[in-house]
Amino acid sequence: MSDAPTRLLVGKAGIDKHDRGAIVVSRALRDAGYEIVYVGPGHQAEEIARVAVDEDVAAIGLSFLSGAHNEIFSDLRAALDELGAREMVLFAGGTIPSEDIASLRELGVLETFTPGTPLAQIVEGVDRLVGRSTDRSGRAA
Amino acid sequence: MTAGRAGAGAHDHSGPEVSRRTLARLLSAAERNEKLDAVAAPGGDAATAPERDSWTIGLTGPPGAGKSSLADGLVAELRRAGERVAVLAVDPSSPFSGGAVLGDRIRMGDHALDPGVLIRSLGSRGSGGGLSPAVERMAAVLEEAGFDWILVETVGVGQVEVDVMGIADTTVVVVTPGWGDVVQANKAGLLEIADLFAVNKADLTGATGVADDLRELPGGGRARGAEAAPIPVLRTVATTGEGVPELVAKVREWRNAATDEARAARRRERRRREAVRRARELLSRALDAHAETPAGTALVEDAAESAEGPDQAAQALVRSVAASLDR
Repeated sequence: MSDAPTRLLVGKAGIDKHDRGAIVVSRALRDAGYEIVYVGPGHQAEEIARVAVDEDVAAIGLSFLSGAHNEIFSDLRAALDELGAREMVLFAGGTIPSEDIASLRELGVLETFTPGTPLAQIVEGVDRLVGRSTDRSGRAA
Repeated sequence: MTAGRAGAGAHDHSGPEVSRRTLARLLSAAERNEKLDAVAAPGGDAATAPERDSWTIGLTGPPGAGKSSLADGLVAELRRAGERVAVLAVDPSSPFSGGAVLGDRIRMGDHALDPGVLIRSLGSRGSGGGLSPAVERMAAVLEEAGFDWILVETVGVGQVEVDVMGIADTTVVVVTPGWGDVVQANKAGLLEIADLFAVNKADLTGATGVADDLRELPGGGRARGAEAAPIPVLRTVATTGEGVPELVAKVREWRNAATDEARAARRRERRRREAVRRARELLSRALDAHAETPAGTALVEDAAESAEGPDQAAQALVRSVAASLDR
């Protein structure tokens, strides 16, 4: 049925354990009607890619505090390509320097939400990424 | 039968070999209840499909009892024998937004790169029985894909969400110390569906008391495969794996003891249930569609105005739907 919820993977990779932000964002996306496969912190890029494929999500969002975003997203993109999931949409959140946002974009990280971004704006950004209209849920706007 | 497949590893099954990605997408199609295409339609025609042989373990119990952690331990234990294991883990969907935070995987992190394990998280999507309406369809896909074991983890349940018994070959009810006294243990509902009790967090105070209360229950509440023997009560500590090998050994015992006739009966029962379920879904969709037609809308409007009450209006609506189906 066409109104099945869109599925997203949200989590953290590498040694970075601070997942409060990722949980808050997951909750906002839940309230906007998304199903969030929440994997928590502490994963390798290869694990994230495999889980995303198995869970058949439309997009992957990773949160960073540690500064490892460039390496992790680069590894994640390679792992996704290897699994035949080339079209997987990526988004990022957390403390990411503005000069890195463009290079992340080249890896397919189409939205980066830095600290202070209102939750409604994150939901709108994710809606855009996965091609979902914001008013459909009636809540995101 | 089990032994023949047990040691053979990840790719020992006949039938269409599908990539991980394809399998994941088949599961999504099954979840959305889309028609699967003919080539890759596991369970599409249950009557002629080759007889697969997976065994389904249902894990149910209150929130926080350790179902996901126990599932993690079961996967590890079953993998030691080289068997392929799939997990369908259900978490609640919001009744308001339809969204969900599916967090069961957090307890199952060690298996992400193991090709012999597939873990899938599901939202309950409107079902009130502790499962998702799609679990049965998705389990059929997994069985056809050759998984030896399918673990189905329900949402955290209270006392009456017992849908899991309809799909599981073995139902494990997970309880914890402090969960309740002997009167709780004798209440109807959840505890009646158990083939086996796992008293998890058994390292905590009170575990012995809970285990004793459960052991005193008369056996044969369901007597499925276990005859009227008392329902086994096992103590587990999911986080350390304590008690997990014993639990698996018990389930294996039942699996090995199940006769071909019993399995065939189980399959028939499953098909029967699936047919009824699909019929219910078709009727429900027909009702929704009909309620939007001018005739249906008029009936619903009349009900609001009429002094007769909702029961009469409902009956009129049902007759009208039935007539529309005949046409």
